[in-house]
Parts: sequence; C-alpha cells; structure tokens
Amino acid sequence: MRLKETEPEEIKLNMTAMIDIVFQLLVFFIMTFKVVAMEGDFNIRMPLASQNQEESMDEDFPTIIYVQLAAGTNGNINSIIVDDDTTFSDTDMYSKLTQLVESKIAAEGNPEDSKETEVEFDIARELKYSYTVKAIEAVSGKVVDGQIKKLIQKIKFKDSTSF
Amino acid sequence: MKFTKHQRVEILEGDLTPMIDMTFQLIAFFMLLINFSEVDRAEEITLPSSVLAVAPEVRPDYQIILNLEPSGKVKFEGQEFDQIDMLGPIFRKEISAAAREDVTNPGDIAVIIRSHEDTPTGLVQDLIAKCQEESLESFSLRVKEQVRR
Repeated sequence: MRLKETEPEEIKLNMTAMIDIVFQLLVFFIMTFKVVAMEGDFNIRMPLASQNQEESMDEDFPTIIYVQLAAGTNGNINSIIVDDDTTFSDTDMYSKLTQLVESKIAAEGNPEDSKETEVEFDIARELKYSYTVKAIEAVSGKVVDGQIKKLIQKIKFKDSTSF
Repeated sequence: MKFTKHQRVEILEGDLTPMIDMTFQLIAFFMLLINFSEVDRAEEITLPSSVLAVAPEVRPDYQIILNLEPSGKVKFEGQEFDQIDMLGPIFRKEISAAAREDVTNPGDIAVIIRSHEDTPTGLVQDLIAKCQEESLESFSLRVKEQVRR
C-alpha cells in the first residue's frame, strides 16, 4: 500500500494575547516612570546631651570654630560672623568662610587632625534652610579638580543641639 | 471562456520578532528604573542643592523620612502633621517597629530630614530637638545633588 505523502503543516502560535499584555505592561511602566533628581545626605550624628557630656570627659577638648549666621529681610542671609571677630557680608561669603576654616585647620599644624576640629553654628531661626545648608557645605569641604576635599566633620548647633 | 483555477489566497503576516524584541527591551528598561520606594518623597518639597552631598551607599537598617514644609507641616508616610509637637507618638511607634526588626537602639535609627529650601532653620532645629526627645540621634540632612564642576 502506498501512503500519500502529506506536507507538514506549519504550526502558528497566536501572538495576539501576548502582544496585548506586553503593550499593557509597557504603557504601565511608561506612565509610572518619573525622572527624579539624585539626592544626597549630609550624614550627621547628634548624641544626646547627657551622653555627650560623659564622653567629653574622657576626650581632649576639640578646637571649636564659632560661626554665626545672621538673617536679613525675608529670611535671607545677611552676614556670617566667625569667632566673633571676622564678618563676611558680601556675595562670596561662603567661599571666604571655606578659606578661613581651611586656614584655621592649617594653622593647627596637621591637616589630618581636622577631624578633631568642630564648628558650632548659631543660626537665626528665621534664616532660610538653603542658606544653612550652604554654610554647612562651606565648612564641610570643597571641590578641588572634581574631587571632594573634606574639612570639618563635626558640626554643632548652639543650645547643645549638636551634629 | 475558460477561467483559470483560483489561486489560494495567502494571509500576509509581518515578521513580529523585531518588534517584540524591542518591546521587551523597553519593558526591561522601565522595570529596572522604576523605584517604588519613592513614595516617601514629597514631590512638592524643593530641596536645597549641594555639591558635597553624597548619596548613601548602604541603606540604613531602619530609617524614618520626614518631609518638612516651610509652614512647619511635617509629612511622614503619607500622613500630614500640622505641628512638630504632634510627632511624639509616631516616633515611639517607629521605635517599636524598629525594635521588631532588631534595631533595638533608637540611636541607630536613621532620621532623614527632607526640608524645603525656604523652611526657616528654626523649624528644622525644632524637628531635630523633637527627635532627640525620643532618643533619636542619627540624622541626615537630605539635599539635592549638584553636579561638580
């Protein structure tokens, strides 16, 4: 008996359902996608006053730089006063603050010991937060050739609220 | 007149393979970039920017993200508090929740303050003082990363 040769049938998958779902997923992700700016932190540690006092008994007293931020009208910054004897009130006051802090660290002899130097801020309550952050940034370090050069790591607020 | 035999009508099918490839690549792209943890961010808060701020490399074991508005309103996990003094019970609840996740020392809980750039600094200090009342000691001031030149 001679069998009749049949052509093999091409198996076709129905892709419609999968494409539907894939497009729904794509639309979902596109709709929920948000471009957000990268955020960073100024990491700070604020030990409670009592613990701080106990610890400070065992440690040498660090050098403290006192920085006062005075507010002008509408919460804008008016001036920066350092150690009650140096006042900056012009537009580049923050870079001058950085230079002063750097020179004070250098005057101590060993820049590696800058970790022991502290800055205590006395900030006017009405001063806008952005100016405070700029001042913290100015004493924390600076950017040299795209690299961060750290200055002061310990920052305090007046009234025993210490970073 | 003799008609020619009808030719079989073939269904024209485009090759869908490149389109499906591309679509899957797009889905993979968006899936990798989507970040559901952004619910803690209050979009209306404009953070101050800084070139020195460093994005955290490691996520803290337990964190509390507080969004502070210029009016003194605090937003935390979708809840809104008109005054900073109202946060005490919330902090105690969070400290208990942290303890259940083996973060027993409140000092190890990271408090991330996202304050609007126009907020009076006094309010930020009040918020920090309120946290300290509840033995929270580890703080991060969150700012927008500015591109270094």
